[in-house]
Amino acid sequence: MERKVEMEEQNKLLNDVTQADYKYGFVTDIETDIIEKGLNEDIIRLISKKKGEPEFMLNFRLAAFKKWEKMEMPDWAYLKIPPIDLQSISYYAAPKKQPKYESLDEVDPELLDTFNKLGIPVEEQKHLAGVAVDVVMDSVSVKTTFKETLAEKGIIFCSFSEAVKEHPELVKKYLGKAVPVSDNYFAALNSAVFSDGSFCYIPKGVRCPMELSTYFRINAANTGQFERTLIVADDDSYVSYLEGCTAPMRDENQLHAAVVEIITMDRAEVKYSTVQNWYPGNKEGVGGIYNFVTKRGVCRGVSSKISWTQVETGSAITWKYPSCILLGDNSVGEFNSVALTNNFQQADTGSKMIHIGKNTKSTIISKGISAGRSDNSYRGLVKVMPGAKNSRNFSQCDSLLLNDTCGAHTFPYIDVRNKSSIVEHEATTSKIGEDQIFYCNQRGIDTETAIGMIVNGYAKEVLNKLPMEFAVEAQKLLQLSLEGSVG
Amino acid sequence: MSVLVEKADLSLKYIAHYNKVKELLVKGSPDILNAQRKKAFQDFVMQGIPTNKNEKYKYTNLHPYFLPDFSFIHQREAQKTDPNAIFHCDVPQLDSYVKTTTNGWFNESKTEGDLPEGVILESLEKMMKEQPGLVEKYYAKIAKSNTDAMVALNTAFAKDGYFLYVPKNVVCEQPIQLINFLEAPENSFVTQRNLVILEQGADVKLILCDHTLNLNRYLCNSVTEIFVGENANLDYYTLQNQHNRTTNINSVFVQQERDSVVTSHTSSFHGGLIRNNMEFVLNGENAEANVFGMAFLDKKQHVDNFTQIIHKKPNGQSNQVYKNVLDDEATGAFSGLIHVVRDAQNTNAFQQNNNLLLSDTATMQTKPQLIIDADDVKCSHGATVGQIDEEALFYLRARGINEDKARLMMMNAFMHEVVRKISVEALRDRIDELVERRLNGEVAKCHECAYQCEV
Repeated sequence: MERKVEMEEQNKLLNDVTQADYKYGFVTDIETDIIEKGLNEDIIRLISKKKGEPEFMLNFRLAAFKKWEKMEMPDWAYLKIPPIDLQSISYYAAPKKQPKYESLDEVDPELLDTFNKLGIPVEEQKHLAGVAVDVVMDSVSVKTTFKETLAEKGIIFCSFSEAVKEHPELVKKYLGKAVPVSDNYFAALNSAVFSDGSFCYIPKGVRCPMELSTYFRINAANTGQFERTLIVADDDSYVSYLEGCTAPMRDENQLHAAVVEIITMDRAEVKYSTVQNWYPGNKEGVGGIYNFVTKRGVCRGVSSKISWTQVETGSAITWKYPSCILLGDNSVGEFNSVALTNNFQQADTGSKMIHIGKNTKSTIISKGISAGRSDNSYRGLVKVMPGAKNSRNFSQCDSLLLNDTCGAHTFPYIDVRNKSSIVEHEATTSKIGEDQIFYCNQRGIDTETAIGMIVNGYAKEVLNKLPMEFAVEAQKLLQLSLEGSVG
Repeated sequence: MSVLVEKADLSLKYIAHYNKVKELLVKGSPDILNAQRKKAFQDFVMQGIPTNKNEKYKYTNLHPYFLPDFSFIHQREAQKTDPNAIFHCDVPQLDSYVKTTTNGWFNESKTEGDLPEGVILESLEKMMKEQPGLVEKYYAKIAKSNTDAMVALNTAFAKDGYFLYVPKNVVCEQPIQLINFLEAPENSFVTQRNLVILEQGADVKLILCDHTLNLNRYLCNSVTEIFVGENANLDYYTLQNQHNRTTNINSVFVQQERDSVVTSHTSSFHGGLIRNNMEFVLNGENAEANVFGMAFLDKKQHVDNFTQIIHKKPNGQSNQVYKNVLDDEATGAFSGLIHVVRDAQNTNAFQQNNNLLLSDTATMQTKPQLIIDADDVKCSHGATVGQIDEEALFYLRARGINEDKARLMMMNAFMHEVVRKISVEALRDRIDELVERRLNGEVAKCHECAYQCEV
């Protein structure tokens, strides 16, 4: 009996997800303060001024801009990127009503509505969900929940602009330490124009009692989103951090170039999970977000650990390589990824593990799923420096092809410079076994559902690493993104 | 900045040389070769000397190897010494049909035994003059000068090399052995251009041995184009045994038709810098390519194995196994690509690269890649870098085998997976022995070489 109810529920869920289109494609009607399009030094000074930043931030931005001007857009990825006119983008768009909110009653109802649609537990009633959320809309942080609770433990979790004003010494100390301004084209661009983001500091010995979360949303048209996240975990601390993102459906492409930096000290651990669901464009490949993101963590202290988990289902083009620099002895890096591309989506994603300290360990698990006419690539680097004695890496990159018009590619780079380290890489590419589908069909499960089940099973290894609510959302997303992929 | 200027200057040196010897190159050369020179040289100028900025040469920067002032050998020279006087074949038990080349030029010599009727093993230059119809439709068809600067340079300077033709349904029971010598009075830039054609149903085993006969510095740039007809079978063995001041750039392009099988096996024992560029195109259904390689590197040697297997038609199969043992300050690289083109369904492609690092100063870089555009395929690759399994070592030592011996056994076993793929028994036994001696450190010099160089 119970089983029947469960089945019904599951069917309902499946109907929900398979028949829906991109459900986050709404536009919120909020007055937005947008500066004129274009990119030059004056714009950068204007952004800095609008945000009331101290001088060191302005200098940081200008230095980045100078480097960026000399750089060229990278073309090594297995992606076809149409030319992007960076001068036709507005680099600052903020919801206009921007006073500090003390309680939810003061918040613009439209904005609240947005959060409800997104299903973000931003309201007090969602207290039980136990997630502290920082919502970034069009590059400006609108709301951070549970600030007081966190403050009791000494945890700082606030928008980046706030951190710049209230904790300049911390920002100054750690900003750009994991991703230097000149790191790459998009990181330099972000460093020059980033408007907001989240800042998180976990003090010594503190285990963050709840999951911290940032929700990014692009709302205004013709803007780019450039946010920046900085997470610092001091000695013996722990935090689990979630990131989610959505955008309206528009026919033109929008640029999202974010930077995430993580720094862990002795024995600290940071777990960073992403469910990336930017608008992927329509079935003909029109519109969608260009997601060019630089994410890097530095395990600075001994025995520290950084783990990246990502579920990538959105974006027209994804260019993203969350990396770990394993500097401290015995430090550990992990990368778990599920990347699904459908229709005309393109993804070039993977990880970099740089072993510098002794006895460092890293694991890369990447599961690619391609459907429609999409291209899905894994690109990774494992580098073991001469001093990284007894280091260990294991990488596994599997690709699943759902039809004969999509592509799955693997580009691992391995570089080992000492004799006591062991690096292993393996990859396979195949399609879903016909016997598996037959088995499901035989038991009355139609092919589309069967494929959804098999893909979910295939991705389980990674989905299991996600925090509970995210895992549910990710599973739904996988189903949704696969819709119509069965010929 | 200075690097940039230097780089341009170095290319200029070769451009100047080309312009100087343009007439000499054309003189006496067959039209088929001359027709390609100008275009090929322009391609070289466009691309420049490959450095690690070029993704194809990411792990091998050729720039420093072009620095010495080389002399070029653009005209056939009378042979001064008889190679056989100072050279003893590495594979004494092997009963093969032997021909030699010196500095890229095919040597006319008397050889014991006969080739089956219709089989041609000759100088490429000679064949182009005598039977241009046979050569013309194959020359420079798969080795494209616009995608690789070294191919461009080879095509611009090409004068001679060997030409092998096996007619329809002819089976050569006896392996054909070609020994390539480098022997010039001064530091030399050597260009060799080869062409192999197997008609439908032909079957041949080709063994190539590369040797240096004196201590001069060489840069040897060879390009081989191989056309394998329907149902044909080619075994292609390469033994590289050159001294450590040699730069050997060896590009092999293979085009396979339906139901053909090609097995290529490269053993790099010695050489300063070795770059093996193997590109296979499976142009017909049900074709099979087996590409194996192994390298032993010590001192400051560098070996870069670059493979590309393109599955263009359904039901193809490919296997790649590459193994390296690296010691001292050696650097090794492997870049392998499996590309399954759309509609090449039912492809099985497999690629494996294992490496043993014996010292903390050795470096191994590996880049196994898959580009898959068809869905009904089974493709996999694996790469490992590590050292001898300590537990297995302990097992052997617990049974009274001393550590050195145990290590040697383990390394030998590691390499044997590649060695056993050799189907010519005499060659396999010999290589097994060479591997053991090489690993034992007994053969720190090039094997059987009359010169006892320590470079």
